[in-house]
Amino acid sequence: MIHRLPLWKTVFVIVSLSFGILYGLPNSFPDDPAVQVTSSRSTITIGELDVVRAEDALRDAGIELVDHDFGDSQALFRFGSVETQIKAKSLIQSVLGSDFITALNLAPTTPDWLQSIGANPMKLGLDLRGGVHFLMEVDLKAAVSQRLEAYASEIKQMLRKERIRFRSVDVSVDGAIEIRFLNPEVRSQGVDRIRSEYQGVFAYREADDGGAAFLRLLLADGERTKIEDYAVGQNLTTLRNRVNELGVSEPLVQRQGRNRIVVELPGVQDTATAKRVLGATANLEFRLEAPPDSPVRETQQYKFRASDRVAQLERDIITTGNSVSDARSSFDENGMPQVNISLDASGGRRMADVTKTSVGRRMAVIFVESRTRDEVDRLTGERNKIRYKEQGIISLATIQAVLGNQFRITGLDSAREASELALLLRAGALAAPIYFVEERTIGPSLGAENIRSGMNSLIIGFVLVMVFMIAVYRGFGVIANVALAVNVILLVAIMSLLQAVLTLPGIAGIVLTVGMAVDANVLIFSRIREERARGLADPQAVRVGFERAFVTILDSNITTLLVAIILAGIGSGPVKGFAITLAIGICTSLFTATLVTRLLAEGLFGHRHLPKWAL
Amino acid sequence: MSMRIGTPAIDFMEGRQVCLILSLAVVICSIAALAVDGLSFGLDFSGGSLVELEFASEPALESVRETLGKAGFLDPVVQAFGAPTDVVIRIAQDDAPRAGDEIFAALQAAGFEVELLRSEFVGSVVGEELREQGGLGLLLALGIVMLYVAFRFQFKFSVGAVVALVHDVLVVLGIFAFFDLDFDLTVLAAVLAVIGYSLNDSIVVSDRIRENFRIMRTNDPLKVINNSINQTLSRTLATSTTTLLVLFAILALGGELIHNFALALAIGVAVGTYSSIYVVTIVLLMLNISRDDLLIPDKEDDIDDRP
Repeated sequence: MIHRLPLWKTVFVIVSLSFGILYGLPNSFPDDPAVQVTSSRSTITIGELDVVRAEDALRDAGIELVDHDFGDSQALFRFGSVETQIKAKSLIQSVLGSDFITALNLAPTTPDWLQSIGANPMKLGLDLRGGVHFLMEVDLKAAVSQRLEAYASEIKQMLRKERIRFRSVDVSVDGAIEIRFLNPEVRSQGVDRIRSEYQGVFAYREADDGGAAFLRLLLADGERTKIEDYAVGQNLTTLRNRVNELGVSEPLVQRQGRNRIVVELPGVQDTATAKRVLGATANLEFRLEAPPDSPVRETQQYKFRASDRVAQLERDIITTGNSVSDARSSFDENGMPQVNISLDASGGRRMADVTKTSVGRRMAVIFVESRTRDEVDRLTGERNKIRYKEQGIISLATIQAVLGNQFRITGLDSAREASELALLLRAGALAAPIYFVEERTIGPSLGAENIRSGMNSLIIGFVLVMVFMIAVYRGFGVIANVALAVNVILLVAIMSLLQAVLTLPGIAGIVLTVGMAVDANVLIFSRIREERARGLADPQAVRVGFERAFVTILDSNITTLLVAIILAGIGSGPVKGFAITLAIGICTSLFTATLVTRLLAEGLFGHRHLPKWAL
Repeated sequence: MSMRIGTPAIDFMEGRQVCLILSLAVVICSIAALAVDGLSFGLDFSGGSLVELEFASEPALESVRETLGKAGFLDPVVQAFGAPTDVVIRIAQDDAPRAGDEIFAALQAAGFEVELLRSEFVGSVVGEELREQGGLGLLLALGIVMLYVAFRFQFKFSVGAVVALVHDVLVVLGIFAFFDLDFDLTVLAAVLAVIGYSLNDSIVVSDRIRENFRIMRTNDPLKVINNSINQTLSRTLATSTTTLLVLFAILALGGELIHNFALALAIGVAVGTYSSIYVVTIVLLMLNISRDDLLIPDKEDDIDDRP
C-alpha cells in the first residue's frame, strides 16, 4: 500500500522551513560596536558637516571607522572592536560638543533585503548585553501633598486678591486644606469663589468653632487618582528626558503597575552616574531675601550650602526650576562653574514682575533635594523611611537690574555639579520623589560571558541529544535530529519575528526544548516498534504509530504549555524570557514532530519494508 | 540495550511496598527540612544587595570581609562564585540602593584590583511581593494542571497524577532546603517547569494504563499496570535521558547564574521519572483501580478495535 501525505502538508512544511531560515538568518550576522550621535536640542539636527568633522577627527586620531550611516536625525559610526568604539565615543563627543549626545550602541548588520521583509535579529536581554535595570517607586503620598500645598498657596493668593478676609490657610496632616475665615458670611463668599475656580476638585465641609468660621477642603472622588496619574506620567516624561540626555541607545522607560516605573539602560557602563542623574530630585527655587521688618510668619530661615551662614528669605517663591526652558553649564570670567538659565514665558514674566520692584534687594537661589533616611523606632524596632528636604542657598546676590528670562547662577561646587544641574533643569524636575526599589546591573564582560556559556551548553546539549537519538533509533534517529534542527531554526525565527527578548534563562529554555522536543519523536518511534512487534506490516506500522501517538503527544505538551503561560504571566525579566522560549518551543516541537518527522518518515519508509538500519 | 530488543517484562509492582516507604520517607524528610531549615531565599525573595566582582588574583576572603567590616557593612556574606577569582558579596541591609557601588568603591580603596561583574539590589517590599507572586504562581500552576487532568482523565487517574506532582515538587523544595541552596526566581521557574514535566510523564503512563485496561483480557490491575510501565519504559527512559543530557550540559557549561535552575530541573526530572513509574501507580492501586472505572468510554477515545 502506498501511503502519501496530502500535498498541502508537504507544501506547508516547505513554506514553514523557508520562513524559518529567512527570519532566523539575521541572527547569524554579528553586531557592530557603534557610536550613535543625536542632537541634544530640538532646534539643531545633525548635518553632513558634523559627520565630516567627526570623520576627520577619527582619521587624525588613527581610529579606524568601518562604516557610517546618516539620516533620521541621527548618525551612526561603526567600528571594528569595542575598544575603538569607546575611544571613538569620547573623541566624537569632544569634537561635536555639547549640542550633540553620543551613545554606545550595538548596531545590527542585517542586510537591507532582509530588513525590508521585516527580518531582524532577536533582542538581547540585559543579562546578555550588559546594562542596568531599575525599578523605581513614585511617592504618591508626596505627590498629593505637594499638590495640596500648591492649591493652598493659590487659594491664599486668590482670596487676598479678591479681598475675601481669612485668618489662615493650612494643609492638615490628614490631607485637607483648612481655611479660617473671619465669619460665616465671608466664608460663604469664599466657598463660592473657590467653587467657581476649582470645579469638581473639592468637597466642602464647614464648621464653626470659637467664633471662627472653618472651611475644610477635601479632595473630591477621583481627584486623588488624577493627581497620582499625573505625577507618574510627569515622572515618566522627566525620566525619558533624563535618559535621553544620558545618551543611551534603545532605552526602556515604562510604567509598571500603579506607582512604579521600570527603566532599562542597555550597555550603560557608568551606572553610578546613571543612578545619580535618574534619581536626582534636585531642583531650584528663587526667593527674595526678607526685609528685616517683615512678620515672622512670612519668612523662613535657610542655611547656605557652603558655609554655616543663614539668611531670612520670603516664604513666597518667585519661580522654580520647573519654568526653566534651557540650561547650559559653562565657566565664568574667573573660571568658576556657572549655569546659564533661560526661563519660559510665564517664569520670565514673574521674574521680571518681581525684580522690577526689588532692584537693590537680594535674591537667593536655593538648591532643593528630597532625600530619605532610615529611622528605627525605639519601641517597636520597626524601620521607617523618613523623607526630608535638603535645602541650601547656592547664592544670594543683589539684584542689579530687572531680570528677564535669561540669567546665570554661580556658587556651585564643581564643574560636574554645574553640568548635572544643567542637565536636570533641562530634563525637567520630577513631579514627585522617586525611590529605587530594585536595581540590577550586569557588567558588559559578564554579559558576553553569559552568551558564551549559554551557546556552549546549547551546542553541547544538542550534540549529546543527537548522538543519543542515533544510537537508540538509528535511521529514525537521524530523522528526529533533522526535525530537531528545524525546530531550533523555527524557534529562533519566531522569537526574532516577535522581537522577543533573549535572556540567559531563555537560552536555557531553548536547550531544555531541545531535550524535551525529542519526546514526541520518541513516543512515535516507540509506537511504531510496538506496532511492528504486534505484527503490522512496516508501512502501516509507521502510519498507525504516528496516529496513535498523536493524542498522547498533545496531552503531554498541553500541561507544560499551560505552566509556561502562567510563568510568562507572573514572571518578569529573565524568567519571562524562559517562559516565552519554553512556550514557543513547545509549539514548534509539536509542529516538527508531527509534520516534519512524518513527512520524512513516510517519504522514506512509507511505501516499503523498513531496512534493518531504519529503526 | 534492552529497549531495542522489544518490550521488557520487569515486575515493577513487586517493589511497590519498598517504594511506597521510600517515597513517604523522602516526602516527610522534605517537609521536615522545609519546616526546620526553610528555603534559603536568594536575593530576589529576601531583598538586600549583592555584588559580583572579579579580582585580578585570588583574594583572601577573610581580608575582603575585614575591609568591608571596616567600611561599615554588617555581616557581609563573602563567597567564591564558580572561579576562585570570582567573588559574590551579599549584604542583608535593605533599602540601601547604593550599597553595591559603595562595596565596590571600598574594595578599590583598600587596594584590591577588582572589576564589577554584576550588582543587584532588591528592596524589601519588592522581595516580599516577588515571594507572594511566586507562591501564588506555584499554587496557580498546580491548580490549573489539576483542573486539566481532572477534566481530561477519570478521577482516580487525576488523583494519582496530582499526588505525583506534589511529591515531585516537595522533594525538589526539600533538597533545596536541606542543602541550603539559594532559592531564587530562576529556581522557582524551574520548579514550575518541573510541574509541567512531571505531569507530562504521568499522563503518558496513565494513558497507557487506561488503554490497557480496555484491551487486555485480564482484570488484574497489577498485571495491567506492570504491562503498561514496561510498554512505556523505553519512552520514559529515552525522554528523561535526553532531558537530563541537556541539563547536564547547562550544569557543566551554563555558568553560575543558571546553575541552581538547571539543578532544580535535573532533580525534578529524575524524581518525576521515578514518580511516573511508582507514585502514580501506587496511588491507582490504593484507589482500587479496575476496569469498571473505565466502562464509560471517553469521548476523545482514540482506541479502535485491534485486529
